[in-house]
Amino acid sequence: MSLFRLEKRPAPSSLLSGLTPILAVLATMVAGGVMFAILGFQPLEAIRTIFWDPLFDPQFGPYSRPQLLVKAGPLILIAIGLALGFKAGIWNIGAEGQYIMGAVVGGGVGLAFYPSESPLIFPLMVFAGAFGGWVWASIPAVLKTTFGTNEILVSLMLVYVAENILASMASGILRNPDGQGFPGSRNLARDYPAASNPELIADTGMHWGVVAAFIAVILAYVLMTRHKMGFAIRLAGEAPRAARFAGVSPTRLILFCLGTAGALAGLAGLFEVTGPAGQITIDFNSGYGFTAIIVAFLGRLHPVGILFAGLLMALTYIGGELAQLMLGMPAAAIQLFQGMLLFFLLAMDVFANYRLRIGQPEVTS
Amino acid sequence: MDSINPILLIASLMVASTPILLAALGEMVVEKAGVLNLGVEGMMITGAVVGFAIGVNSGSSALGFVSAALAGAALSMVFAIITQVLLANQVATGLGLTLFGLGLSSLIGKPYVGVKAPGFAKLDIPFLSDIPVLGPILFRHDPMVYLSLILVAVVWYLLARTRVGLILRAVGENHAAAHALGYKVVRVRFAAIATGGAMAGLGGAYVSLVRVPQWVEGMTAGAGWIALAIVVFASWRPWRILLGAYLFGGITVLQLNLQAAGSSIPVEYLSMSPYLVTILVLVIISVRGNHGAPGSLGRVFHASQ
Repeated sequence: MSLFRLEKRPAPSSLLSGLTPILAVLATMVAGGVMFAILGFQPLEAIRTIFWDPLFDPQFGPYSRPQLLVKAGPLILIAIGLALGFKAGIWNIGAEGQYIMGAVVGGGVGLAFYPSESPLIFPLMVFAGAFGGWVWASIPAVLKTTFGTNEILVSLMLVYVAENILASMASGILRNPDGQGFPGSRNLARDYPAASNPELIADTGMHWGVVAAFIAVILAYVLMTRHKMGFAIRLAGEAPRAARFAGVSPTRLILFCLGTAGALAGLAGLFEVTGPAGQITIDFNSGYGFTAIIVAFLGRLHPVGILFAGLLMALTYIGGELAQLMLGMPAAAIQLFQGMLLFFLLAMDVFANYRLRIGQPEVTS
Repeated sequence: MDSINPILLIASLMVASTPILLAALGEMVVEKAGVLNLGVEGMMITGAVVGFAIGVNSGSSALGFVSAALAGAALSMVFAIITQVLLANQVATGLGLTLFGLGLSSLIGKPYVGVKAPGFAKLDIPFLSDIPVLGPILFRHDPMVYLSLILVAVVWYLLARTRVGLILRAVGENHAAAHALGYKVVRVRFAAIATGGAMAGLGGAYVSLVRVPQWVEGMTAGAGWIALAIVVFASWRPWRILLGAYLFGGITVLQLNLQAAGSSIPVEYLSMSPYLVTILVLVIISVRGNHGAPGSLGRVFHASQ
């Protein structure tokens, strides 16, 4: 018998389950500080540059603050969709591919109408973007419901396929005809007003993608707390057998969760190429689809939690860029930092689900 | 198309398959113990960078391989602690391991971009390597190719014919029963996870030290995920892992050769073919039904339950 043992709680502690993300962030700061020290940086200065300066530094703040929404928008939008599936035990880890396909399909539809000035162009592109992501996510969904194929591996494999399609499109049919042969599409944000996704309020970073992210948070909240589908999702994740007895159709659930996640990731991609990225290039995708997995867990798979988690993760991106610029910190350090955050979060979850007991178990009960 | 030489093609198939073979074999051991570690890609890329860095600094590829195995095993211990001691979800932790490994590797690898690998001598087996056709295909490889084949036999023997293998399989099939019989479920799983980590590390180092051979960020390019798919394809059997790995290696080599030969199919569509074939194979396997998955695969073990 060991000195410590874990005793399962009858139900997860809601207090601790709310506290663990905060504890995980603090633990990551400590461990990250150690890592920064090993890399030869002043730990406190590094932490301040990442978490404080982007928001409050008089010199960088005005530039960095709008970036917070620009970066958080796609992360939140994608994570909201992923969380639906994760809650039901459906593992879509290919959001990066759905994000790319949303951008390619949505952007492609817009470029097909160049140089139209119709106000219908942008809404049409938004629809096409969501459709592209939906189709891409429906491939693993249909394969799972029809043949029982593992959705984790299929959705991930499709990321590599999507990256190759993107490369082919950016240097092929979507290439800018006036671009002197360089790969990459026309600049949608700058040279194609009807297809652009501009900043809606000056110097806030607010664009349609951010609006969509906020709407998604609200709708997901309503879905999870007030709608029968939300109940089915929670039941399927927590008690799969009970869900079957309650008449929850696994097929509908899989198609819904993967399809919605894909559509939201596709939207995020479309808003990105029409706004912040501006054009479809070989590497416009910057890994949001993977970081959103961390965001979903950090937000406890809860819509409001994801909102905050997305903002925090966006801060680490901006802070990381600032640390690169000011301290010469390698970009990978911040990626490592984000990975550590997920580890600490998962590790600390144990205390929400189990009680830590010291000494021998009691014989009674 | 005339420029594709079938003998060279098959010989390079063995080289292309070795990293996936090593990683898939290791992951099979892990899954046989009832643990699903989705961090193979992260452990491979870490092995690739550590193996390359140590190989370059020491001038010895062999030392690089040893370090890569140690690095893969060390990283897998993070996964083991979080999932086996702190009882976290294995899917999420494995994903985290991959994201972490990708970040760690690009951090370590920064100074090694564009550096030349130390080189790894081929083992020209006397007499056998002079046999026409078969000689160049089978007997002129580096030691790692042969080691990977020996490991297939070793893993098969250990799992199927020894007590250690029996205990490992018992833990994977039904951890509660294995615990009741007095086997140390968590300890067995730690050992299995470390083995898987070491083999993924070796596979990664083979990519950076032999196959490419240099350090490029993200160079494993999904090989770890393909290894995971091959374990499913192989229905958790060592010899089928060999078949699966060589099949995928073959497709990779063929598409690379077609690219080099200036095929009319665009490069991007050739590059995506290994991933599409992986999906196709997964579908075919699932139609047949996922036979052979260990009973406790991916489930959290807590002695109180």
